Order: sequence, then C-alpha cells, then structure tokens
Amino acid sequence: MFAYIIRRLVATIPVMGVVAIFVFSLLYIAPGDPAAVIAGDLATSDDIARIHAQLGLDEPFLLRFGHWLWGVLHGDLGTSIFTNLPVTQLIGQRLEPTIALTLTTLVVTITFAVPLGVIAAWKVGTWIDRSVMLVAVLGFSVPSFVLAYVLILVFSVELDLLPVQGYVSIREGFVPFIQHLILPSIALGLIYGALIARITRASMLDVLSQDYIRTAQAKGLANNDVLIRHALKNAAVPIVTVIGIGLALLISGVIVTETVFAIPGIGRLTVDAILRRDYPIIQGVILLFSAAYVLVNLLVDISYTLLDPRVRY
Amino acid sequence: MRKVSTRVLRVAAAVALAALVAAPAAHAQSSGKTIKFIPEADLRSLDPIWTTAYITRNHGYMVYDTLFALDEHFKPQPQMVDTWKVSDDKLTYTFTLRDKLKFHDGQPVRSADCIASLERWMKRDALGQALAQSVGEMKAQDDKTFSIVLKKPFPLLLDAIGKLSSNVPFIMPERVAKTDANTQITDPTGSGPFKFVKEEWVPGNKAVYVKNPDYVPRSEPPSWASGGKVVKVDRVEWLYIPDAATAAAAINAGEVDWWQQLPPDLVPLLQKNKDVAVANVDPLGSLGVARFNHLQPPFNKEKMRQALLYVVDQKDVMTALAGDEKNWRTCYSYYTCGTPMASEAGAAPLKGKRDPAKAKALLKEAGYNGERIVLMTATDQPIVNSQAQVVAEELRQIGLNVDLQAMDWGTLITRRTVKDPIDKNGWSMFFTWLVGPDMINPALNFPLRGNGEKAWFGWPTDEKLEAMRAQWMEATDLEAQKKVAADIQEEAFTSVPFVPTGQFIIPTAYRKGLHGVIVAPVVFLWNVEKE
Repeated sequence: MFAYIIRRLVATIPVMGVVAIFVFSLLYIAPGDPAAVIAGDLATSDDIARIHAQLGLDEPFLLRFGHWLWGVLHGDLGTSIFTNLPVTQLIGQRLEPTIALTLTTLVVTITFAVPLGVIAAWKVGTWIDRSVMLVAVLGFSVPSFVLAYVLILVFSVELDLLPVQGYVSIREGFVPFIQHLILPSIALGLIYGALIARITRASMLDVLSQDYIRTAQAKGLANNDVLIRHALKNAAVPIVTVIGIGLALLISGVIVTETVFAIPGIGRLTVDAILRRDYPIIQGVILLFSAAYVLVNLLVDISYTLLDPRVRY
Repeated sequence: MRKVSTRVLRVAAAVALAALVAAPAAHAQSSGKTIKFIPEADLRSLDPIWTTAYITRNHGYMVYDTLFALDEHFKPQPQMVDTWKVSDDKLTYTFTLRDKLKFHDGQPVRSADCIASLERWMKRDALGQALAQSVGEMKAQDDKTFSIVLKKPFPLLLDAIGKLSSNVPFIMPERVAKTDANTQITDPTGSGPFKFVKEEWVPGNKAVYVKNPDYVPRSEPPSWASGGKVVKVDRVEWLYIPDAATAAAAINAGEVDWWQQLPPDLVPLLQKNKDVAVANVDPLGSLGVARFNHLQPPFNKEKMRQALLYVVDQKDVMTALAGDEKNWRTCYSYYTCGTPMASEAGAAPLKGKRDPAKAKALLKEAGYNGERIVLMTATDQPIVNSQAQVVAEELRQIGLNVDLQAMDWGTLITRRTVKDPIDKNGWSMFFTWLVGPDMINPALNFPLRGNGEKAWFGWPTDEKLEAMRAQWMEATDLEAQKKVAADIQEEAFTSVPFVPTGQFIIPTAYRKGLHGVIVAPVVFLWNVEKE
C-alpha cells in the first residue's frame, strides 16, 4: 500500500511536467500582452515596447520557460506582473476562501445528495423517486450563476437574511463565516449534488437487485440496516469515484461562484489574471489545480481499499 | 433512547439554523466610520507614475498630496504650496511649502522630496516631458523652499504640476521617488489625507485606507482636487466587485455605501430603492473615440476619414452606449464640451444632418474599391462594443466592406499596437473612451496629436496640428489659447485623427446616509461623511 502511494506520487511528477509545458505553451501563443494592459489607455507603442522588454516578454520561449521552471523547482512561482507581489503570496491570500467554499459545498451536497439517492432507489417508481429525480434534473439544468442571482435576490435583497457577497474568515467568528458561505455553497453545490444523487440512486438500484439483499431482507433485518450496512456500503465505490471526479466540476464552478458572490478566492484570482494576461499567476494557479486534482484522485483510489476489502494495491 | 437522541438532534439543528439566519446581521458590517466603496476597477498597481491607469491615479489622490491642484474653474490652486512667486522674466518659479506637512512615516515633507518626485514624473508624463525640455534646474533653497529655473518660459508650468488626471505629479518621499521611473514603487508612503494599509491589500478584492491623523487640510472649501481635504471617516474600504448584478444587490442590501460607476441599465433598479441616491457627480463625463489606423489603407486617405464625419451619428451611438438622454449629450468638438477650449469650429460635417450621399461621394474621391475594413470591438467592454456595433452598421449603409471583429479588451489593446496591414493581424478602426479631463486642451488631448509613429495608436501625421499645439502651449492668456484651440480643431476636422462619438456620464450610486460627495471629474473620498 505504502509503495503504491509512493509510486502514485512519483507518477504525478511527469503529469505536472506535461501540465506545465502545456500551460506555458498555451499562454505563449494566446493573444494579448500584459505590457499593453499595464501601460494603460494613454500609452504609446513605445511605452508598451519598453514595458514588454522590461518584463522579459521578448525573450525566446525556451529561455522564458527555463527561467520559470527553475523558479518552480525552487518553490518560486514568480511575481505577478501587475501587483509586483509573489504569486505564492497571492495564492496564499486566496486559498482559505476557496478551500472553505469547496469543503462547505462538499459537506452540504454529500449530506443531502447521498440520502436522497438512497431514498429514491428504495422507493423506486414512486412519487418520492420521481420528485428526487426532478430535483436532480433541475440541478443539472439550472446554470449555477442563474441560481446564484435568484438566491441573492430572494435571501439577501428581499428577505435580508444572508449577505449578498464577500467572505469572512472563520477567525472572525463562525456565524459570519458560515453566513457568507450558505448561498455560494448552494449555488455551487446543486449540480454536484444532482450528479451524486443520480449516481447513488443508480448504484443502489443495482445493488438492491442482488441476491444477498433479498437474503438479508428474508432474514428479517430492518430496512435501515439493509439499506445502509449492506446496500450503501457495496454501492459506495462508484459514489466515491463520482465525488472525486465531481471535484473537477467544483473547481470550474468555483470560478463562476466566486465571481458572482465576490469571494476573494482562487477562482476570481484566475479570472482576473486571465483578463489582464498576468501569466505567472495563471501558470501558478493551473499547476495548483492540477496538483489538487491528482491528489484527490489518489485519495479516491486509496479510499477503495477501505470500502471494498477485495481491492488491494 | 435512540428516538430521543434523534429528536434532540433535530431540535438542535433547527435552533442552530434559526440562530444562524437570525444572527445580528453580520453582513451589514459597516461601522459608522467606515465607508465601503466599490471602485471603477481593481487596484493592481500602487505606482501612479509608472501606470496611467485611472484606478491607480485615484489611489494616488488618497495617499499622496500635490503641490498644486485643479479647481472647478480649471485654475491650478496651491495645495501643498503655501506661497509662491514667479520672476519678472517668467523663468524662475519659487515655491514655499505649507507648515506641518508630514509623510505617513512621520518624516517632514522637504524640498528634496518635491524635486525628486517632479523629476520622476517628468520622465513618464507627456506634459511633464514637455515641461522638462524647458527646465534648466530645480534646486532647494532650504527644506521648505525650492525653485524651478527655466531655460525658456513655460506658461503652463502651474497647470502641469497641478495636473488633474494621469499622470498626476504626486509628491513622494525622496527615497521612493528616486526609484527608476520604469520600475514600480512598492512603498506607498505619501503625505495625503489617507494612509494605505498594505497588509490588508488583497489585489482583486480589497484595498484599505485609514484616516491620516497628521494631515493638515487647507482651510478653503474643497473644489475638485483643490481646497481642504478633510477626512470625516476613520476608514475607507475599496471592495472590488466585478459582477454588476452583485454590486447592485450589495448596495441595495446596504452592504456597501457607494458604487462608483454603475451600468446605465441598472439605474432604474437602484432608483426604486428610496435609501439609494443615483447621481451624476462627474461634471465632465467621458468622450467616445472612433480611432483610425492612419498608416494602412483605406483610412490612410484623408477623404476616407472625412467621409465618416457625414455618417457617424452621435445620437445613435450615445443612445446605444448610455441609454437615457440624461446620461449623454452630443459634443461636436475635439475638446471636452463644457470646458474653455471647446467650440464647434469646423464641426459642420459632424454636426449637420447626416448625409450618406456626401459620404459616398468622398469615398469615391478617395478611390475606395470595397477593400475590407477591420473594426475591432471588445465584447467585455460595453462602452466600446456599443460604439462599434452602431458605427459598423452606419458604415455598412454607405457601402463599406466592414469586418467587425469581436475580442476581449486584453486582446484589443494588444492588437491595436500592430502597425501592419490587416492581412497581417492589422486593423482599420477601434473604439475607446477617455475621461473628460484628458481632453480639455491640446496639451493633454493625446489622440489629437499628429506626431506620426510617436503618436497614440493610429499614428496620424499632421505637422500643422503639431505646430499649432506648440503654439497653444506658448499662448499666455485664455483668449489666445481659445483662438489657437479653435484653429487646431478646424484642422482636426479636416485631417480627422479620430471621430468624436459623443459625451456621456457614468452614474454613481450611494446610500443616502452619505453626505458631502464632491462633484468632480475624479472620485475623491475626503469631505464625505457617513451618518
């Protein structure tokens, strides 16, 4: 097991290398020049050319890539072209809100979606099942930014129950912290929850038709025991897989949700950096996202051994 | 037991939820002495000399002070300067600083700081560079008195050092001002009415300023950038909220106090809220600009450019851009309407009834033969895109082969630097806007210049324009300036460096608990108090 984890961790190095080359190349050929953005509307071509050279943007591709890679290998993701602050500092400032939002969303969606999927499977064909699936279809169909605006309108502007925007650190109190995360988590989590609920239902339906479930029922076990201890545990592998894959959904959703709710997280940092062509930030953030995704996949794979004793590495 | 536990859990969950929602509105955090302000853009750079970005200029006004400052009558008034005199030959200006001027680090403001700051500014700013050509030396008599000795008279000296918009000659400590003009400063120490709290700066999200208790305001009432900068709150937070719908909801819900620039389509929504005032606090507004590429066909021909004066309809463009007529006006001038140099000299082609037949005749004279015309528009900038959409349609109606290319602003401002033909990623026209203060006279109005390859994007060459600009800068009284400005404009309506597309304002919105908002072309946070 330990050797497997080490092997997988070592295997992430080439993956990250490919990501690094891909991202750097893509930004190199993408239109737009940060020097033009920096110089402002009043600048002349000469001003832009000077800033371009000053930023080292006129250096050959390999030289620029080499400089950047050397820095990354030394833990230095570079300096933001615009703010003149280290990328690691900028990412550090933004990590907490994004992690808080992602974890809250994860907890909220799993808490609701897995039981709903289980109930839908248990009551398959009934109005309960259809209602759950209707909500799931809606969850897939409503874009998160539309839902976000509706939530803001209802709960913040009309009812004045929750804040419209912003983020408050947990260090400033749990209540304001969670108040600021409720609406973003719902907006971000609906599509994710819908996915988990559907997979849970499908997976449970598969397991519930197995002979051992019938045997358990024939032995007179309570419904709760049959559902949770026997069926859900055996249906867990695909559910956990989808939860892991769904994290990619969350990462892309975070970008939209953070923009709408003005949460100063990694998502907004990325959007702002792309719009102004702040290459070091874009490269740093994408590397971070890739690393997070690889790590989550590893955790999902390891969790299989806990959920299914037949899986061994 | 198990049932009891479940019930207890349910009750506890319900109580927690109720407590969460009913908790004292943590979202309405504004204390009585903090202004939460949504600025026009994100503060990315702290150096108002290194960049011309307006948001950094506004930051500069928070933390720095200036020697002179422009008032609402377009007159530079002493700000940090207490007394000043000019020699009879107009070659030596001597300035004495006010008492008790201090930087945020407690050090006094000295002549050496002022000289170093002016030197750095002169390396970057266009008007500063013009001034630098006339400056012989700048020398300190003592810590509070210094003089600028000129090689030749420069009548605009006070206007230059009291310049309202980018780059503003802000005064920094000498150690900061010694930074190379092409390198960003990182130390935000100034002597202005607010101190920047760098530790709380989260680029892309928040910039925080606190009142500078050591600042000694002038006794005069505020007038644009001049007069007493009396800070009436403890703290100002700039909260960058890029999404307009969220910003509208935030001000409606009272989470923020002031939204600097709101899109015209959201004005009716905010006007319904009796606690929010929607106002125009910018007396000069902004001006739309349709800029030609003078280096490449077909707009390298004067008659081609003139043809557009007969078809571009400012009313159509402004209606698309700013909606309600209260938010715009036609402005048939190359200068900001409502300012001393503005006139309608030579404006008949743009002001008269739209005349497609005349335009077509000019196209024919120019030998236009259906060549492709690339119009660049930025879909993420509504002010740019609305101009482009309307003008593109108007050009198609006179038979121009328009290729309207949509991109984002970051791409557009890069591509507009390309001087090559359109088949090599070049362009024919782009659209933008400039704030009123940047176009009030020939010295500041940079799109009006005709200095060829050194000119602003589009690179028009017009020696007459350049000669008259130099003449304007030497004019010694207002009447003489007006006369030359009108001549420049007549020439501009002949050579057409760009087409003015109208003048508009971007409304502001603030909670009615705010008082004392200064009406000026730049947003100022002093003098504002909060109930």
